Amino acid sequence: MRITQGTFSFLPDLTDDELALQLRYAIGNGWAISVEFTDDPRPRNNLWDMWGLPMFDHRDPAGALHEINECRTAYPDRYIRVSAYDSRHGRQTTALSFLVNRPRSE
Amino acid sequence: MAQRWTAGVLQYAEMGYWQPDYEPKPTDVLAAFRVTPQNGVPPEEAGAAVAGESSTATWTVVWTDRLTAYDHYQGKCYRIDPVPGNPDQYIAYIAYDLDLFEEGSIANMSSSIIGNVFGFKALKALRLEDMRIPPHYTKTFQGPAHGIVMEREYLNKYGRPLLGATVKPKLGLSARNYGRVVYEALRGGLDFTKDDENINSQPFMRWRDRFVHCMEAVNKAQDETGEIKGHYLNVTAPTMEDMYERADFAKEIGSIIVMIDLTVGYTAIQSMAKWARRNGVLLHLHRAGHSTYTRQKSHGVSFRVIAKWMRLAGVDHLHAGTVVGKLEGDPLTVSGFYETLRCDKADPDPVRGLYFEQDWVSTPGVMPVASGGIHAGQMHQLLDHLGEDVILQFGGGTIGHPLGIAAGATANRVALEAMVKARNEGRDIAAEGPDILRAAAKRSRELDMALSTWGDVTFTYESTDTPDLVVTPS
Repeated sequence: MRITQGTFSFLPDLTDDELALQLRYAIGNGWAISVEFTDDPRPRNNLWDMWGLPMFDHRDPAGALHEINECRTAYPDRYIRVSAYDSRHGRQTTALSFLVNRPRSE
Repeated sequence: MAQRWTAGVLQYAEMGYWQPDYEPKPTDVLAAFRVTPQNGVPPEEAGAAVAGESSTATWTVVWTDRLTAYDHYQGKCYRIDPVPGNPDQYIAYIAYDLDLFEEGSIANMSSSIIGNVFGFKALKALRLEDMRIPPHYTKTFQGPAHGIVMEREYLNKYGRPLLGATVKPKLGLSARNYGRVVYEALRGGLDFTKDDENINSQPFMRWRDRFVHCMEAVNKAQDETGEIKGHYLNVTAPTMEDMYERADFAKEIGSIIVMIDLTVGYTAIQSMAKWARRNGVLLHLHRAGHSTYTRQKSHGVSFRVIAKWMRLAGVDHLHAGTVVGKLEGDPLTVSGFYETLRCDKADPDPVRGLYFEQDWVSTPGVMPVASGGIHAGQMHQLLDHLGEDVILQFGGGTIGHPLGIAAGATANRVALEAMVKARNEGRDIAAEGPDILRAAAKRSRELDMALSTWGDVTFTYESTDTPDLVVTPS
């Protein structure tokens, strides 16, 4: 079974080039990128483990991509999601969130 | 002044209801009315009459006014503008003191503003176009039980419009067959399914049976996809007690959302909004019946006013038009409705039919719902016109798919995700939309079939409810 959480689960998995374009879009909007991972993707589990803090000061998609790949190397068999956080007044919530890694067998 | 109090009939304008020098206070409730006076009635008198009849006046002088600080309670027409291109119509701006209204009551505000004046003989027609609700009054209303931000966090779904479908046929399915439609649509990729406005508790399917079968479908689809799913269980019922009973049961069996129809009335809507916040259940409102008074431009109440009232009343979802679907919806007018539901602070924008500024002072936004004759082939237009915080509901466009309901749902989800991805990549989706869809369809048989079935379907009729600053069809 393929978990369909996240904004792009019905599309083929994003390549790193495609991923970089999404990161550029998010960072261009002033959103902070964060990386989280889990082995428990049940729909009500909001509290995935954080791969470091949200990258509030990281304005370079390449740097964010580097962190994502570090997390993939450390946890190749977990779900990993990338989120973009919009801290503007009136939002103060996640603006975009999608999976970038899945276990070999789901 | 003596004349003002002589027994008999005076012009409304002479009784203080026309005050061209009046400067509205920040605390005043403001209203813009489209007035069509009878022949021979001057526009200022027509505006004054509306101000009078929607506040303190009656048809004749009454001495009992003098027992009150009457000038405080009088509605004041302070401005009259001719309508461009329509010599019979005027926009009358009226200010009402905050004291005229009960705190937190849509019923009271609507009885005051539209209660008595719409049948007034001196006017051929009258339409309430817009209102400015001052922060002092706004803050006396609960507002959306959850709002857009909380709903997204609750659903764990971000960065794209949500997808839904109304179960069809609207009437006649048994509970078991109904649950099948819900399950197929949700497992195929939709976030929500929905009861229609006239599915309540009929002989062919009683409410409790429907709720049980729908929740079985929701739970199974959640287990299979790892996503939160919901079905809007319509709790509209003959009495408030029945509605509470149905809503309580929906919550008890785990539903994240219930639904009511606009026909239940403003007070019932406010009661259900309180219930929804108290119980942590989202509240969907179907605008059943609104077109009877919102559609014609000369008479009635604009939907932007209803949208404003419903945001104050406290619903989480409200149907607000699709632009491209089968139901009435001029693009600029619909964008004004969406602005009214979603933004925190709006400036006046006559091109979109917004007559006043509106500061919502952090009242959460209502998620607009686009429903009625839309399909996957329009995904680029829908995202372009309506943006991201919206629920796109494809009823026929899901259930009518030649490969089945789940395939219809998948087609819509693939089209949506492909379009959001392309937009984020910086592509011009309004222009390149059809190419983006065709490319996505190469990897999705479901989308390919949807495009070949409905790709060319459009509903190109002229709108009746349009802003004055664009040409109105004659």
